[in-house]
Amino acid sequence: MTRIDSLTPRETPGVLGAAPGVTEDAEAYAATGGYRTRTAPAELLARVEAAGLRGRGGAGFPTAIKLRAVRDAGEPPVVVANGEEGEPGSVKDRWLLRARPHLVLDGLLRAAEITGARRGYVYLSDATAAGRVRRALDERPPRLPVEVVETPHTYVAGEESAVVRRINGGPALPTAKPPRAYEEGVDGVPTLVANVETLARIALIAARPDGRHHTARSTLVTLAGAGTDPLLAEVSYGRTLRTLARAQGTPEPAGVLMGGMFGGLIGPHFLDLALDPDTLTTAGTALGCGAIRFLGPDECPVSLASAALAHLAAESARQCGICVTGTGSIRDEVGSLTTGTAAPGLVSRLHRRVTALPGRGACGLLDAAAGTARSLLQVFPHLVRSHLDTPCPSCVAPAAPLTVAVPHVAGRAVPRPRTAPCPR
Amino acid sequence: MKLRLDPTRCQGYGLCQEPAPDLIDIDDFGYASVVADPAPGTSEDAARAAVEACPNSALRLER
Ligand code: SF4
Ligand code: SF4
Repeated sequence: MTRIDSLTPRETPGVLGAAPGVTEDAEAYAATGGYRTRTAPAELLARVEAAGLRGRGGAGFPTAIKLRAVRDAGEPPVVVANGEEGEPGSVKDRWLLRARPHLVLDGLLRAAEITGARRGYVYLSDATAAGRVRRALDERPPRLPVEVVETPHTYVAGEESAVVRRINGGPALPTAKPPRAYEEGVDGVPTLVANVETLARIALIAARPDGRHHTARSTLVTLAGAGTDPLLAEVSYGRTLRTLARAQGTPEPAGVLMGGMFGGLIGPHFLDLALDPDTLTTAGTALGCGAIRFLGPDECPVSLASAALAHLAAESARQCGICVTGTGSIRDEVGSLTTGTAAPGLVSRLHRRVTALPGRGACGLLDAAAGTARSLLQVFPHLVRSHLDTPCPSCVAPAAPLTVAVPHVAGRAVPRPRTAPCPR
Repeated sequence: MKLRLDPTRCQGYGLCQEPAPDLIDIDDFGYASVVADPAPGTSEDAARAAVEACPNSALRLER
């Protein structure tokens, strides 16, 4: 079971809400200060910008710049709440839609006001979340038409161009860029595709302007490790990875797989790094969507990298020849390390691949594969060497799954009849 | 001018490289990548020839 906890200071605004295990209804949400429109759109945009809010889907792009680009693109735009999280190690977006659909919808409406959009979409694959969102829309019909669009769950279905393609009636597969969605998206008009947590934080900034800096500088993370249950947590930037590892229950990790599969592996000497997108990027890794997988003392980084690469290769959308071939070849090379059966010249070949392949697919999957292998070569070169021709005992055991279970969120409680006796 | 490669279309036939060896690299697997943008003049002609050579319309010349 995935636990949920807040690691942020008390009395500060947060997206976890008061009861993260139950779907919040419109009334409860309004009571937190939501759905109030005191702040003018331009003022809210200024606050989002001053607070420095960045996208929570993985790329970490400044939200205000994206909002403004869509607003100023000419035609009335479309806004999309993107709740399709493809990273197997991340659960926060699905949890958010299941537990706090009104917070996300409020954020979507705010984004529509800021950009001048007249239509909105909620895009997702999780059937439970879809049900909670539809119910929330019935409960409190929004000021503009909002449609729920479902997609099959794949690694790339949440990629921006795949989102647009699917809403336009096509398959949820990435397209070559340009054009970007903000230039030409749903029905050919400028489109804001925003991660659901980003939208939730916009709504929170509108409701609690005093806490905006805190709201922009905290984030949801999905922490997983060997042995103990995963933890969905809200944390303030600046916490060290070591603190998070302890909170999750893997106190002395042998390494960390960062950012879903976008930050690659880092070694134990990086545990004192602060969780902050800039710090992590400077250190050569990434926060991505906040999925962090700690390696237990008995787990082997080679085996974890191999599992990640196997996942990526299986999830390649098979559109780009170079991705199918490139990701497949990296998977095979790293896979051969787990069995101690590397072909001669593996290290130099792998080095060549990981420098030549990034940036060459239509989406980031090939980059994630190359980055994972590159980090393995950089951070654990001694392990790569020792795995070349000797089978590793830890690699023989199957790697712990990369997939984290979405926390259970109970549907709204049925109001208790008035005559029921007071529970003791 | 910019030479753009659509990776969803490139099938790795390598036909584009011959007319534009300075602009296009073919990797270990046979797939193309654009390594330089065409400079005005002969290099633009080479880019145009590469665009025409691709059987999958994977290359595009944009200004
Ligand atoms: S890079 Fe890979 S996953 Fe991405 S669109 Fe191309 S084939 Fe699909
Ligand atoms: S000719 Fe076309 S398909 Fe062949 S390698 Fe060049 S771009 Fe790719």
